Amino acid sequence: MNGLIEGLQWLVDPANWSGVDGVPARVWEHVQLSLISLAIATLIAVPLGLWIGHTRRGQFWTVQLANLGRSIPSLAVLSIAFLLVVKLAPANHQELAFGFLPTIVALTLLGIPVILINTYVGVQQVDPDTVEAARGMGMNGRQVLWRLEVPLAMPLIMTGLRLAAVQIVATAGLAALIAGGGLGRYVVDGFALRENDRIVAGAILIAVLSLLTDAVFSLLAKATAPRLTSSGRARAPADVDVVRGEVTPPT
Amino acid sequence: MITLEHVEKRYPGTAAPAVGDLSLEVDEGETVALVGPSGCGKTTTLKMINRLIEPTGGRIVLDGTNVLDQDPVQLRRGIGYVIQHTGLLPHRTIRQNIATVPHLVGWDDARIAARVDELLEIFQLEPELLDRYPAELSGGQRQRVGVARALAVDPPVMLMDEPFAAVDPIVRNRLQDQFLEIQERLGKTIVFVTHDVDEAIKLSDRMAILNIGGVLEQFAPPETVLRDPANDFVREFVGAERGLKRLALLEVGDIEVEDGPVVDPSATAEEARTAIEAGGFGWVSVVEGGELLGWVDHDALEGCATAGEATSRPFSAYVTARDSLRQALDSIVTSRTAVAVVVTEGQHYRGILTLERISKEIVA
Amino acid sequence: MIVHDVLTRALAQGDTEPLIRWIWITDHVDEIVSRGLQHVYLTVVSVAIGFLIAFPAAVLASRHRWAVSPITSISGVLYTIPAFAFIFLLLPVTGLSLTTVAIPLIAYTLLILFRNTLAGLDSVDPEVKEAALGMGLSRRQLLWRVEVPLATPVIIAGLRIATVSSIALITIAALIGRGGFGQFILEGLDTFFWTPLVVGVVLSVALAFLADILLLGLQRVMTPWAEAAGVRAVAT
Repeated sequence: MNGLIEGLQWLVDPANWSGVDGVPARVWEHVQLSLISLAIATLIAVPLGLWIGHTRRGQFWTVQLANLGRSIPSLAVLSIAFLLVVKLAPANHQELAFGFLPTIVALTLLGIPVILINTYVGVQQVDPDTVEAARGMGMNGRQVLWRLEVPLAMPLIMTGLRLAAVQIVATAGLAALIAGGGLGRYVVDGFALRENDRIVAGAILIAVLSLLTDAVFSLLAKATAPRLTSSGRARAPADVDVVRGEVTPPT
Repeated sequence: MITLEHVEKRYPGTAAPAVGDLSLEVDEGETVALVGPSGCGKTTTLKMINRLIEPTGGRIVLDGTNVLDQDPVQLRRGIGYVIQHTGLLPHRTIRQNIATVPHLVGWDDARIAARVDELLEIFQLEPELLDRYPAELSGGQRQRVGVARALAVDPPVMLMDEPFAAVDPIVRNRLQDQFLEIQERLGKTIVFVTHDVDEAIKLSDRMAILNIGGVLEQFAPPETVLRDPANDFVREFVGAERGLKRLALLEVGDIEVEDGPVVDPSATAEEARTAIEAGGFGWVSVVEGGELLGWVDHDALEGCATAGEATSRPFSAYVTARDSLRQALDSIVTSRTAVAVVVTEGQHYRGILTLERISKEIVA
Repeated sequence: MIVHDVLTRALAQGDTEPLIRWIWITDHVDEIVSRGLQHVYLTVVSVAIGFLIAFPAAVLASRHRWAVSPITSISGVLYTIPAFAFIFLLLPVTGLSLTTVAIPLIAYTLLILFRNTLAGLDSVDPEVKEAALGMGLSRRQLLWRVEVPLATPVIIAGLRIATVSSIALITIAALIGRGGFGQFILEGLDTFFWTPLVVGVVLSVALAFLADILLLGLQRVMTPWAEAAGVRAVAT
């Protein structure tokens, strides 16, 4: 228990709140890394998921990818991204391998599967009768997608973004292992320097940032959910990630 | 056999009781239908008998003991229970499903196997179904298995909640007929819930018509309910076609039939022509020693000396004494000459039924 | 710090190290086996303990709906705390022991196992339950003879997700020397010697697939009826 208290003491020490290695700087680094990665992952995965859900093409591979995403350790993704940059970067620009680039590549790769599968399932689960009725009324494919499928898929898309964001924030903590910044620095450096208070403070900050991310995205999900009852918004459906193997079974 | 005395079910937080004050007596070997509009508490009443729903007042006496004094689990093992979608256990084979209660009450394997065979025969189920899972059966087969399972330990009493509502009308009709046959053999005391008045009329010895809140409006044999509805509620509930429905309950043998135009094969063609004219149908039945040979008309008699010489043609449809008047009516309206010919076994001619004759029964 | 030394070296000479040197593998068979056993052991212990907690919680919640919300909230928080942070939060308390790794893993599996078990129990047709009660099954018999068997495909789907996720997560514990195959990944990362990194990644993914297939097989054996009933516990 002493360790935890030391960690909290470290956190309230004003000395640790300034400079390049201060808490605000590290939090900002962490948030930047996460936001950039999430944005890229979203730009790739949401349109792709909409396309797959709308056309029903490539469903099999989407499920496979989601399962693969679950079974590849995030540490492995980070290492592979690092390795890729080392191998591909010109010999005189090896510094690219350290810092932002491999971290963002890894975090983006980690975020894609869960956004993709949730978007795809969100579109795919729209009642076929509703789609048929919409087509019967004369909507074209684009109108069906934007007026029907996207609004109805919104809750699951937001679930995908939330799960991806939490995973990205968590894994950004590991970026310190490949000389990246962010809050993981406190943990990794603290461990190397045997400074328990610094380790614990870093761990607390990462945990709090993850919980905050989860909370913010839950609120966003509520705000964007379609109204399905006159009294309020529909309850968000269960995460595709965890409930019922039939949606995303591993393998 | 089953006596409900001032039975009441109130749900907390609701003003009106689901069942207010219901008294009802079901005799041994009798089939009683609980019918009424939704909200009348018919299903609630049924489920209070096996205590799937606990009454909040009154007594339910089954075979001399108050069910409320018994352990509900033991009680239920002694009562057959069938529900709409059968509730067969999806993860157990048909054999295991039927064996559920025998197993619970501790029968040995040999006895269970023998009983399963017996039920198979009673319900005319193919033996190869036994090792299949419920999902692999048709709706009708599942329903029969559901009833067979309920009868597995040969309980004297059976409760059925909309037992045939989930199958299509053709299958339902067949299952109902089979139910009647089996019930005739087994003589169980049966209480069943249905929203289908025709089903109640067809299957029950007595029907209990319930109004909202479990108010018993009439408790009488279907024939009485149809002929003499107790009040406007019952009259409206059984519907405008109650005269027609009543016909389903009466058998051709119950009423007198008319003789109709008949000649012996030995009769001359002239006599046959006279009979045709007298009958007014344009044909005459040819009957030899009580046996119906067929019918002849003016064209068939052309150039013949006797009725027997003419080629008599068979009737396209008959009714028998065991058929209902409703079937007779159907036969009449589909025949070209608006007449149903009544025969007994071995093509013995009994007479004819006309629309006028049947409409007299409707009015009666 | 290690990375800076590595950086210096890498900047000086560029990367010429091949992805795999087979000789390393033959030289390290014993270590690979012992890391593998550690990985499997941690997975089995964590998922088993997680299930022992989540299963009764789900049964409770299926009987008393009010329990769903608090259990989901608590396990949701535990699920959201990154394993990486959780391990280091526990470090001052439980040290470099297996417990430090097992607790975050168990915490992580709770939500998955709870939700799937509850979803499985909830998926049982109410008519089937009513018919079973109507035939005279007691509540306990209803649970063990009807609800749990029928929930099995969904429960095992949960176990598959929890197991695969745990196998992946354990690699993070390499930071405190308890990471199973993850140890090789970290070793490769630290030394720019890619062979152990590749071996660690490949073996931990392979282990996840193997565990998944085994659990899928288990589900097939345990629920021969599921195919007939059209239960899609697998979409592969």
